Amino acid sequence: MAIDKETVSYVAHLARIRLSERELDLLSRQLEDIVNFIDKLKEIDILAVKPTSHVLPIKNLFREDKPTKSLNINEVLNNAPSQRDSFFVVPKIIE
Amino acid sequence: MEYQPVIGLEVHVQLNTSTKIFCGCSTEFGSQPNSQVCPVCLGLPGCLPVLNKKAFAYAVKVAMALNCRIAEYTKFDRKNYFYPDLPKNYQISQYDLPLGEDGFLNIRQNGNIKRIGIRRVHLEEDAGKLIHVSDSSLVDFNRTGIPLLEIVSCPDINSPQEAYDYLISLKQIIRYLGVSSCDMEKGILRCDANISVKRQGDSELGTKTELKNMNSFRGVREALDFEIRRQVKLLENKQRVIQETRLWDAQKHMTYSMRTKEEAQDYRYFPEPDLPPFIIDAEMQREIKKSLPELPQAKELRFIQDYQLSEYYAHLLTSDREIADFFEYCVKLYPQAKVLANWMCGSLLAELNSRNLALGELNLSPENFVDLIRLAQEGKVSNVVAKGVLRDMIDTGQTAGEIIQKKNISQISDPDALKEIIDIVIKENEKSVRDYLGGRENAIMFLVGQVMRKSKSKANPKAVLEILRSRLNK
Repeated sequence: MAIDKETVSYVAHLARIRLSERELDLLSRQLEDIVNFIDKLKEIDILAVKPTSHVLPIKNLFREDKPTKSLNINEVLNNAPSQRDSFFVVPKIIE
Repeated sequence: MEYQPVIGLEVHVQLNTSTKIFCGCSTEFGSQPNSQVCPVCLGLPGCLPVLNKKAFAYAVKVAMALNCRIAEYTKFDRKNYFYPDLPKNYQISQYDLPLGEDGFLNIRQNGNIKRIGIRRVHLEEDAGKLIHVSDSSLVDFNRTGIPLLEIVSCPDINSPQEAYDYLISLKQIIRYLGVSSCDMEKGILRCDANISVKRQGDSELGTKTELKNMNSFRGVREALDFEIRRQVKLLENKQRVIQETRLWDAQKHMTYSMRTKEEAQDYRYFPEPDLPPFIIDAEMQREIKKSLPELPQAKELRFIQDYQLSEYYAHLLTSDREIADFFEYCVKLYPQAKVLANWMCGSLLAELNSRNLALGELNLSPENFVDLIRLAQEGKVSNVVAKGVLRDMIDTGQTAGEIIQKKNISQISDPDALKEIIDIVIKENEKSVRDYLGGRENAIMFLVGQVMRKSKSKANPKAVLEILRSRLNK
């Protein structure tokens, strides 16, 4: 499967990654190799195999609805580049 | 040209668990911003979400009450997008295997029952809250991770009123289950609508718009109403409806385009590797099913059958579980169901509405309420006075007996006690007496009214009428 530069730059946009023209070139070639490698899986007959949504043989893990202690608010905001009145502050979102 | 609206509703309901869906942080409303967060709901690296058992059971309950097929195997998925209210940059939601599918609920349309399909019910986590100020946006993650149930209807709704009735019915059912208050004004229930119009009889659907930003059931009805008229007008003028998201402005009473670049959403869903799959086996289904209460429509039918109530009374009394329970408690103490229903649907609901309170917030016990009705039925107080007594009971928490004694408002039926007032009224209203004796039957009612007034409504009107008749007809 060919991965063109447009696809790479679309995926980069979805992940909010900025790529230079050179990186786009490089990555589309590398991604193509990776996808081709993965494509080998298509050759296996999996008709009788259920889709795996979890790799461990576990199910129904629950916790009880019992409150636990939340973080101290100073710790919460400790790494925030900007804060005000115990809010995180981000650039204005216009919708 | 006749147009038919085609409407589908997407409802989100916060479940009222004590803790969040994947961590033990409190869900309490109104706390200091970012005081109820932890590494899990902040999406810090290395943490592991674990599903809240109660939230899961609540979600299955709702799906069952909405007649959904319950998934034997259900899982969670990551929905990836960037927005500052979402600290992990993905929301844990459900994609291809929701816990409930293909359900329905019934609404009543002019006495007929209409079935509205429910496409899916799934569980997810709520996002944080953004507050926009002049130069920036403020983020509070307390809401992040509150269990959120998404309920998607089929496009079976064909009028704004049907949409309204659907929401009322959905709210009633969920409130009966006790899993959410469904208060839309507080944002506990949120509703978006997809709406298109097509020519009556056309099989092909028109282009739809998505409506957001409604914050009451009435707002949903009004927004749909506006949007239908807008779309029909466009089509009549040979213009096209553009597929877009529009926001409802409750003040200006109109929808307006969000005017954002609407790129096709690409959420890149994939199975959430941090959570195992969930198997809802027959035993778990049985157990949750057992915990379902009698639902509003079943209760309404039973009230009509068991208590011989009118459909109207039965509907009103079962609109809220608390009211229905109160009624059934009272009816055990006082088996005259119709009298009781009359009192509840009339005076009591009026008191609730005027105070904007729920029944549980009043200090009125079923015992005291029934005592009052008994006193009124026995003629100890007149019906008019009894209504005032009910108001005082609710205000003061006193019993009917205490209020009647203190205010000296027992009904007077004793002829000797009434004689004095009746004598005065006859003396003061010679003209009406003459009119009555001259054959104007109605004039006597005026005299009864005067006696009632002079007795401050304490006289028993039936007794007064009888005494007046026998006195004047002598």
